[in-house]
Amino acid sequence: MAVIEQLTQDFLRTKKLPHIWCPGCGNGIVTAALVRAIERSGYDQKDVVIVSGIGCSSRAAGYLNFNTLHTTHGRALAFATGLKMARPELKLFVIMGDGDCSAIGGNHFIHSARRNIDLNAVIVNNHIYGMTGGQHSPLTPTGKKATTAPRGTLERPFDLLELARGAGATFGAKGIAAQPRQLEQLILRGANHRGFSVVEALSPCPIAYGRRNKLGGAVEMLRDMKENSISVERAANMEETELVDKTITGVLFSIDAPEYAEEYYRSIGKEIG
Amino acid sequence: MPETKPVLMQGNEACAVGAISAGVRFYAGYPITPSTEVAEQMAARLPDIGGVFIQMEDEIASMAAVIGASIGGMRTLTATSGPGFSLKQENLGYAIMAEIPCVVVNVQRMGPSTGVPTAPAQGDVMQARWGTHGDHPIIVFSPASVYETYYLTIAAVNLSQKLRQPVILLLDEVIGHMREKVEIPEAGKLIVEKSSDKVPSDWKPYDEKGLTPLVPFGFGHYYHVTGLFHDQYGFPTGDPPQVERALDRLHNKLEKYRDEIVLTNYIGHKEPRVAIVTYGCVVRSARAVVKKAYWQNRLPVGLLSLQTIWPFPDREIEALAKQVDVILVPEMNRGQLVGEVERYARGEAKVIPVNRYDGEMISPDQISEALGRWLS
Ligand code: SF4
Repeated sequence: MAVIEQLTQDFLRTKKLPHIWCPGCGNGIVTAALVRAIERSGYDQKDVVIVSGIGCSSRAAGYLNFNTLHTTHGRALAFATGLKMARPELKLFVIMGDGDCSAIGGNHFIHSARRNIDLNAVIVNNHIYGMTGGQHSPLTPTGKKATTAPRGTLERPFDLLELARGAGATFGAKGIAAQPRQLEQLILRGANHRGFSVVEALSPCPIAYGRRNKLGGAVEMLRDMKENSISVERAANMEETELVDKTITGVLFSIDAPEYAEEYYRSIGKEIG
Repeated sequence: MPETKPVLMQGNEACAVGAISAGVRFYAGYPITPSTEVAEQMAARLPDIGGVFIQMEDEIASMAAVIGASIGGMRTLTATSGPGFSLKQENLGYAIMAEIPCVVVNVQRMGPSTGVPTAPAQGDVMQARWGTHGDHPIIVFSPASVYETYYLTIAAVNLSQKLRQPVILLLDEVIGHMREKVEIPEAGKLIVEKSSDKVPSDWKPYDEKGLTPLVPFGFGHYYHVTGLFHDQYGFPTGDPPQVERALDRLHNKLEKYRDEIVLTNYIGHKEPRVAIVTYGCVVRSARAVVKKAYWQNRLPVGLLSLQTIWPFPDREIEALAKQVDVILVPEMNRGQLVGEVERYARGEAKVIPVNRYDGEMISPDQISEALGRWLS
């Protein structure tokens, strides 16, 4: 308990609370997991930077007591790339939503992966544009309803982590808001990984997504999320037919490859730090 | 006097050399004609001096990366042209709102759209002023020679730092690609105006009492940077009086330093009857005309060239209009800055546009002809 309190004091801007999120929103759970992961990383507070895009989850930056950079829609990774190249000793966590990262920010996402620049992307995937009231995103499952897909979307969603892997990211993990301790662990492993790391966190949006798709409230959404997920270790021993429609959680890939900022500074003969 | 040595240099190269002299150590960009040489020069020069060059995935990302690097404490610049300048607008507005210094170079080409990529034009004058959404202030320089490109780049970087305000350098294809002999201070000499480096203990990023220097991220000042309207600590606000104050703050800093920002130059007759007002490469043709009409023929003619086009040199035009009967405004577009000249001439002088927009430079003959008509 004492530890938690300490953390709240140091890493949260308590004066900025309460937050703007709806009751039952998963953003708070993911943000808390991120804060605990940063705490456990042992990073100096002054070296940590939180960068975010635009959307519900991106508002987290304003509540965290670090240097925080709330950018434009979809561009968080491009801002972060400039900052990381200018100050490679800083530890950057980039919070994005699913639409923010994979639609308008898709180009920056794949190129950050290609460069393998040491940024820690945390993508809060609620399958919807929440802040604007529930439009479908590139991660909305086919058939699910949105204000801009009233009969259910015909589009096929990205597999975000496969996209990241294909584009050259060297660390990819998936967690769920229903399992915050595992999520914290995954963010921490992403942080310790040298290179572009992607942690996708499934998060319930009962207001703009759950209600329209009759998925129940936050409790039901979290319960279903948990029931439909299987850890990557367990999944390894299961048949493919058993894994249909399941969310596989854990570290999905982790590869060693040259990191861009380090390579650049080495190439110009300059020490980082 | 600093030592100088004459060299033959292109406008785009002078921009890169000026940027480095002014302490720019970060460049992010995307290839586009006719600005690419700026990027190529920076790519060649920055690594040798410990700087960062990065080619980003698009123009939007380049602008974002530049802002990110500025927040990290580096002096930054990006260059583009035409369509690329359109894409810069989103994050340019962010830099204005969040008060992050940076310099954006637009080597204008013939538009709209893809236009004639290799042809000169001055079609982006109003876009430079109003391209990003919202009621924002902006600083735009428009050099008329390779040397002016060099020193206005330095001025842009220093001013941008001092005011925590993006500055646009509006070149045109003629100036960007022209080679001229220039004398520049000894290579490698830094011409950096330092803003006060001391950070008071009660430092606030957007202090209501006035402009404070930007303290880069990573030094233990845990502030917030956002494109939302914000309070003096950087946190979002929608409170109407605070919003109004915040917007005034952006404009007031430019008004306060107006005389440092607005640069113009007059040559010609002491009591002119006809004056030419222009900017960028057209200044060259206009200068040739004034040389002949005034220096050779002693006609009552003058030229006011505008190195700064935004904020618009309103007082200078007001004063000029009181002196002359006619103001000619040659531009390589269908008439953009002429509207501003007319506004500040306030009916005291007749304002006549002289335009060319076929992708060719305005010739001295075209200006001479207009001048002859109004002198007789
Ligand atoms: S709209 Fe959805 S994602 Fe946004 S705050 Fe509300 S519940 Fe959370």
